[in-house]
Amino acid sequence: MSKVNWPLWEVFVRGKAGLSHKHVGSVHAADAEMAIANARDLYTRRSEGVSLWVVPASAIVASDPADKDSLFEPADDKVYRHPTFYDIPDDVGHM
Amino acid sequence: MYLRIARLSRGRMTRGRPKVSQTVADTAETPVSLDRRFQDWIDAERKIEPRDWMPEAYRRTLIRQISQHAHSEIIGMQPEGNWITRAPSLRRKVALIAKVQDEAGHGLYLYSAAETLGASRDDMVADLLSGKAKYSSIFNYPTPSWADIGAIGWLVDGAAICNQVPLCRTSYGPYARAMVRVCKEESFHQRQGYEIMMALAQGTPEQKQMAQEALNRWWIPSLLMFGPPDDQSPNSAQSMKWKIKRHSNDDLRQRFVDMTVPQAEFLGLTLPDPDLKWNEERGHYDFGALPWDEFQAVLKGHGPCNRQRMAFRNKTFADGAWVREAASAYAEKQKARQAAAVKAA
Repeated sequence: MSKVNWPLWEVFVRGKAGLSHKHVGSVHAADAEMAIANARDLYTRRSEGVSLWVVPASAIVASDPADKDSLFEPADDKVYRHPTFYDIPDDVGHM
Repeated sequence: MYLRIARLSRGRMTRGRPKVSQTVADTAETPVSLDRRFQDWIDAERKIEPRDWMPEAYRRTLIRQISQHAHSEIIGMQPEGNWITRAPSLRRKVALIAKVQDEAGHGLYLYSAAETLGASRDDMVADLLSGKAKYSSIFNYPTPSWADIGAIGWLVDGAAICNQVPLCRTSYGPYARAMVRVCKEESFHQRQGYEIMMALAQGTPEQKQMAQEALNRWWIPSLLMFGPPDDQSPNSAQSMKWKIKRHSNDDLRQRFVDMTVPQAEFLGLTLPDPDLKWNEERGHYDFGALPWDEFQAVLKGHGPCNRQRMAFRNKTFADGAWVREAASAYAEKQKARQAAAVKAA
């Protein structure tokens, strides 16, 4: 069998105007135009979207799972960044 | 440190898989404690995502299960595709085309999920075409009448829903997300099948007989779809421990029987099993012994349509070769032209 070896494209769909594009899966395609056509057929058969992005999977740069703690844990002990950290008397009303 | 996702989570990577997940900060840990932390993470009902650390056996089990599931969807287009040109009305025809197209879509969602584990699409397709990979035995049965299309939608898609709804909560994130999409679409499939059965069951005596004969053909194969009994399903325990599977084969089969009996009664059709009866004590329907020798034979390639299904799949793939080649050539040409234009500018 001859291999196809078409690149992988990650697919993002905007559900409706007002929402951001959201990752839904991937398709294989020879070029960008075909990736859009394949994504349309595969991920929007039931009015799931009004706009599509396709991005070569090889172009995505991601954080390393091994760095999760050093990247994201420092935020866990900074409760003073949240509004509920501050004591405001009920008498002041909604703030 | 930043990494290109493609090299880590896709087929192109070789040994460069990330060894450490967020649950495992200490890279010097022994495999035993990595395994334990992985299990703790699963036990806490947390999801595993593509680049997280996972036991090699978990990865292999998922690749096998997801790719077999994908192959089943792809081969599953054939028994029903058989009736598209002869659907009895335009309404039935558009529904059947949409359903068969959905099956292709399900196959593609699933291949996409398997690729996040490092499997290559080309390899999976090659394994299906060569006969190395397995697919669900149910699709090796023929569809001699229009009523079989109704029976497949009602029973085969109904059984698939029983199997797949719990998979929406499976521990591997991309598989679970694919199954959510699949389940939404399967519901349409089952309802269109039941509607076909209803029209026939309420039609002329000949039509009702057609519906009954299709039910007779598909009932046992549908029950076999859930796989071997629990005591003969050696991999089930590990899959349940990893929360890939949520219920045992026998539990799901029982659920399907309990669900389907009243639906058959509503149609006025008889399930072809003299041992089928309500068991007050258990609160479930009892049913007769299943022909597991037949199941094994069909799985080994000796079902009524195995050879036909494989030959058709291979022919279709070969017939499409010129289209794939033309698309590749066009993409190359466009890329070269673009590069030349950039150079000239």
